[in-house]
Amino acid sequence: MNPFQYTRSQGTSGAIQSLVKDPQAHFLAGGTNLIDLMKMGVVLPERLVDINQLPLKSIEKIPGGLRLGALATNSEVAEHPLVKQNYPLLSLAINAGASPQLRNMATVGGNMMQRTRCPYFFDTSMPCNKREPNSGCGALEGYNRMHALFGASDKCIAVNPSDMNVALTALDATVHVKGPKGERMVKFADFHRLPGDHPEKDNTLEREELILAVDLPAPSFNKHVYYLKIRDRTSYAFALVSVAAAVQLDGNIIKDARLVMGGVAHKPWRLHTAETFLKGQPAEEATFERAAQLAMEGARAYAYNQFKLTLAPNAIRQALKNASLS
Amino acid sequence: MSKKPDIPQDGEGLLHGSRRDFIKQSSFLSAIALTPEAVLRAAENKWDEKVADVFEKIPVNLEVNGVKYSVKVEPRMTLLDLLREQLDLTGTKKGCDRGQCGACTVHVNGKRINSCLSLAVTNEGKKITTIEGLANGEQLHPMQEAFLKHDGFQCGYCTSGQIMSAVALLKEGHAHSREEISECMSGNICRCGAYSNIVKAIQEVKNSQS
Repeated sequence: MNPFQYTRSQGTSGAIQSLVKDPQAHFLAGGTNLIDLMKMGVVLPERLVDINQLPLKSIEKIPGGLRLGALATNSEVAEHPLVKQNYPLLSLAINAGASPQLRNMATVGGNMMQRTRCPYFFDTSMPCNKREPNSGCGALEGYNRMHALFGASDKCIAVNPSDMNVALTALDATVHVKGPKGERMVKFADFHRLPGDHPEKDNTLEREELILAVDLPAPSFNKHVYYLKIRDRTSYAFALVSVAAAVQLDGNIIKDARLVMGGVAHKPWRLHTAETFLKGQPAEEATFERAAQLAMEGARAYAYNQFKLTLAPNAIRQALKNASLS
Repeated sequence: MSKKPDIPQDGEGLLHGSRRDFIKQSSFLSAIALTPEAVLRAAENKWDEKVADVFEKIPVNLEVNGVKYSVKVEPRMTLLDLLREQLDLTGTKKGCDRGQCGACTVHVNGKRINSCLSLAVTNEGKKITTIEGLANGEQLHPMQEAFLKHDGFQCGYCTSGQIMSAVALLKEGHAHSREEISECMSGNICRCGAYSNIVKAIQEVKNSQS
């Protein structure tokens, strides 16, 4: 690993100032993604600002919801009684990702910031607009089996690898961030961005901003939920396609629905059209089939991920069915 | 040094004057060999002072298997390398060194983690347990006994990580079925394929506890 300087932060303002003072500095939280990227030479910070001492670890009730501190670990969130009871979709999604060891290290904020698993991003001998702007995209004409179906650009077809992000999008979470100019709130759905002409930017966080917490609204999808993750091995692999499905049922009629896909876009891909269609429909096979068709409108595959055009709608149908039966 | 960095042989243009002595240090030479990009970048930006700065060692106090240590480490040293190279606790293994295989699993404040992805400096004040800390004198931990009894290994390279993970798994309370054990042990890869015997060993310890 390249050498770097190390700063241990004691307060959020101090941590932010450390990034203002040193344009080559990065925050370090759980380290499960950043240290790996540093070993690979993909990210080469001159300084790491260790934020693990900051008081951002708590998971606490707030009026009408739950606040997840940015430094709460993935396993602390997934195993928290209030999360399991009121936001089971989040527990399911987090536990579908990584391994127990990594979930014990990885944090809420770090998971949100994790970089793509596109092999061309990791391979420093290959072109990658995300790693090195204007160097080209190795995946576009390369081995693009893991890549996007929606919202990609000719600069980047990589996908966001997080399972937690898919659930937090479905749950309409809100992100608290703090920067040199003060604090602001961002809707979780607006936190990550599509690649466009600037794939080097995964999200809308400014470089000197720090994630403080993620707020979950009052629990409204806490019963009929399912997180389906399709991957190359049974466990401990990134998603080819994942689906977070949640429905509110009145008898057999769907009152409201949330449907978000992972592994198919540069950000969690919320399926608004399918959600709107599902309202008022009976929870049955034909409904799920139609929702899956609507969800796939506008999908575009590349040379090696054509199989996702079949896999994704099948996963949506199965996830909706499992959610309705749960 | 199979892949020579593209810098002048004598280091001219890279480091000057008083820095000469500094580059004689073997750690610095090997760093140049391993990481030419950063040094070159530093040279371009006349950041030689900064390059020197980053070799400064930082004090860390931590407890490993009940023994308190005060050590000095480079910021880039991982907990895994500290355990193996500086504290001579070589029971913890380096497999992939990228958080994908689990051979480096240790407990930090009672939680299992991948020590290859944890910087030593971030473990200030923490309590670490490695495979060397499981046995009580000559008496093996029940999980170690069970791995022996059920042949939970062949080459043994992943075993210390498997056992550390298995001990943590029983504490986490998620070992109710074969499927659950497999899922919760998925962060530990065994290329010999001793998985079925590993699961049997874990089930035996689990059943003896309940």
